[in-house]
Amino acid sequence: MNYKYFPHTEADIEQMLQRIGVQSLDDLYAEIPASVVWKKEYALPSSMSELEIRNYFTELGKKNCPLTIFVGAGAYDHYAPSVIPQLISRSEFLTAYTPYQPEISQGTLQYIFEFQSMMSELTGLECTNASMYDGPTATAEAMFMAVASAKKKKKVLISETVNPNVMRVVRTYAFYHGITLETIAEKDGCTDKAEMERLLQAGEVAGVIAASPNKYGIIEDFTGFAEAVHAQKALFILNADPSTLAVLKSPAEWGADIACGDAQTLGMPLNFGGPYVGYLSCTKELVRKLPGRIVGATKDVDGKRAFVLTLQAREQHIRREKANSNICSNQSLMALYVTIYLSLMGKQGLREVNELSYSGAHYLYEQLLATGKFTPAFNKPFLKEFAVRTTLCPKTLQEKWKENGFFAGIEIADGVLLFSVTEKRTKEEIDRLVALIKEV
Amino acid sequence: MKYYDKLIFELSKEGRRGYTLPENRLKQYSMEELPASLKREKELMLPEVSEFDVVRHYTNVSNKNFGVDTGFYPLGSCTMKYNPKLNEEMAALPAFTSLHPLQPEDTVQGALELYYRFAHALAEVSGLAEFTLNPFAGAHGELTGLMVMRQYHIQRGDLKRTKVIVPNSAHGTNPASAAVCGLEIVEVKSKENGRIDVEDLKPLLDDTIAGIMMTNPNTLGLFETEILEIAQLVHACGGLLYYDGANLNPLLGKCRPGDMGFDIMHINVHKTFSTPHGGGGPGSGPVGVAPALVDYLPNPHVKKRADGVFYVENGDKASGSVSGFLGNFGVMVRGYTYILSLGKENIKMVGPLATLNANYIKESLKEEYYLPIEDICKHEFVFDGLADKSTGVTTLDIAKRLLDYGYHAPTIYFPLLFHQSIMIEPTETESIETLDEFIHVMKVVAQEAKDDPESVRTAPHTTPVRRLDETTAAKHPILSYRDLLKEV
Repeated sequence: MNYKYFPHTEADIEQMLQRIGVQSLDDLYAEIPASVVWKKEYALPSSMSELEIRNYFTELGKKNCPLTIFVGAGAYDHYAPSVIPQLISRSEFLTAYTPYQPEISQGTLQYIFEFQSMMSELTGLECTNASMYDGPTATAEAMFMAVASAKKKKKVLISETVNPNVMRVVRTYAFYHGITLETIAEKDGCTDKAEMERLLQAGEVAGVIAASPNKYGIIEDFTGFAEAVHAQKALFILNADPSTLAVLKSPAEWGADIACGDAQTLGMPLNFGGPYVGYLSCTKELVRKLPGRIVGATKDVDGKRAFVLTLQAREQHIRREKANSNICSNQSLMALYVTIYLSLMGKQGLREVNELSYSGAHYLYEQLLATGKFTPAFNKPFLKEFAVRTTLCPKTLQEKWKENGFFAGIEIADGVLLFSVTEKRTKEEIDRLVALIKEV
Repeated sequence: MKYYDKLIFELSKEGRRGYTLPENRLKQYSMEELPASLKREKELMLPEVSEFDVVRHYTNVSNKNFGVDTGFYPLGSCTMKYNPKLNEEMAALPAFTSLHPLQPEDTVQGALELYYRFAHALAEVSGLAEFTLNPFAGAHGELTGLMVMRQYHIQRGDLKRTKVIVPNSAHGTNPASAAVCGLEIVEVKSKENGRIDVEDLKPLLDDTIAGIMMTNPNTLGLFETEILEIAQLVHACGGLLYYDGANLNPLLGKCRPGDMGFDIMHINVHKTFSTPHGGGGPGSGPVGVAPALVDYLPNPHVKKRADGVFYVENGDKASGSVSGFLGNFGVMVRGYTYILSLGKENIKMVGPLATLNANYIKESLKEEYYLPIEDICKHEFVFDGLADKSTGVTTLDIAKRLLDYGYHAPTIYFPLLFHQSIMIEPTETESIETLDEFIHVMKVVAQEAKDDPESVRTAPHTTPVRRLDETTAAKHPILSYRDLLKEV
């Protein structure tokens, strides 16, 4: 039984059982009804050595094919600086629990404070929490905030141009929470403002959710949206890609009350979908509706600056039967990831990331159109993601690309393909991707 | 070591940079083309620092933290066991980290296989039919599990069932999850011996009950000995049993929730299956269900064809979707590494050794600390403050004093059944020497409370910062560097 994760020797166990006053380890479970005591062996693999486990995962990994990524749709292949994994692996960060004892958790508390500061800079909204699970759940919780703020109103509008993965989760949360979710139809790839106004006029609306860039990669013009939403005493919620906020109008500049989304775009590996990190920011007026953990600055008894979990007298701590959120653990370590990323990149680096992505995406767009097999799906401004219509068979195309090591052009509607280009893609990769079209 | 007190913003100097990017060879396409109305106008205040500034800053910041690797962390209900390093190495393999979640199935067979195998390993140790690994954390698992519970009743047309029973000893997230899921909470009392009062439960059971949420062993670390009767009663009234897996650790090798009659459960992979807590996530909260509920698990599902090929499926009976993709995949790699490391031979020792450690501490300290319920505990137990109530030293003081001695504090003031709860969970990865030293320090603190209560009441004395002004922090929130600048 001497396994390396258990320090107990036979003699230790004897000595401990004696102190407790029982004969055997089984005696520690004497109160469990005999019919439910597990006496068999688990149908699990036998214990493997480190060498065997390494081999196992290497072999398992060979069943995957890493591809050159030209797809986003909610997860983007951005550059990840090498210092970040090194720093977040420090066990003082990695193996700590939630910072409930602030005197020995200033490391965690301080980076969360820095994370909140940076996300508030990007969104332009004063208050940000310690992080959410991912973009879709952050958006669902933003919806809860709107409903909680509106007291009796239980209807929320969501634009059809919001990413379908986000939409699915928001729809699920709304259903169980008793919220009526209505979709605002799209027009030319953008939220139909007139339709939104019509739905707002019908009344009972607590909030309106839109996205920037939207599910087609389009940068929508939200001029007049916040005014229309606020006129009905509802909240304007913007799901925004934070990486783009270095260059695009911030949620606050659009008049949004809440910003939410996935911060995976801030240099995080794709990791087959997770861990990523959601963010949730809001105006000062809404801070007491903001779920999850929030860190504030304060002083200790000696007057030293320090950080602490604050505004905890909410949600599941008090009035837990009436809670609007149940989030506890979030994605703290990934918030640290984002904080280090933004420290390294700064506003200049983030601007360059967007410039490179913009250039690459627009080059690919033009090259695709130049083949004569593609036409624009919309004629709207975009940054790193865009949709085009093709006359070719999407399946055949995708198969061709896959055989040659590319993941590109997912089909989002009949004959409409979505592409994404980040700063990681080179001109050679783009040229190769386009050249392959001729072989189809 | 020098005390480090800078924020990254305070290192910033205009013109410094911490990155390199390739030169833009496609400059003819420039963001300048974008309409001005879509562009950001407000200045963006991010730090301008060199790479080494960043490395040294976060290294210094980390030194103000305490992790499991730093020292003993007897935080009740959190299962702060050793986080094996091999788990981290496997989770960092590029063959997994570079995969886009929407890649064609035939290019991610290894990742899908891992998801599938880990889910099945969890089902085996839980005695349930199938698991989804999509939920991101324990509380998220609770919410997901309750969605499954509601969906089961809804699809049977049994729409009256809108109440869920929660014991008064439950984790705080249980009622919060139920409320978020649109369920009404009905509380059931505990008996003198800390277990659910079955007589109090009986009159609550009618056709409006969707189910009951239980933790077993409960938050006092006590096994619910009447579980079979409870299961029978709840099922007889048409309700389902939800198992809060936060306390699963002591049952490994001894007992399976499914065999006790539970229909739905979540597992905290970051507790029982050794993945790091990361200062509050990323965790993973897989949800498992009995055979009749499999179709209601949230989308997407990972399935295996008869020919051994794995695929992703979205079922139309599912309770919805709770995640953008397939959950915290990186955490699953770590959890599965742990299962393969221990194997069936060692995993069955986790529960007994965790239980042994907990009882050893309990028996060693019950003279100095008040033990409200004398019984064999499982992985954790609860003291109600010091045995000597005359000193005026509170549980908070004891917790803070432990920090001076190099320990993380136990969980305090939870469960709410007692006024001065001190909840201790040592886990199976601690040695008798570590436990003996901790026991010794706990006794020293109890003695200090008598001889020099002031030193305990004003603790900690040796930590990077001392007790904080939490009242001002809440009354006058300073939540960002910009807020902080306004203070000066």
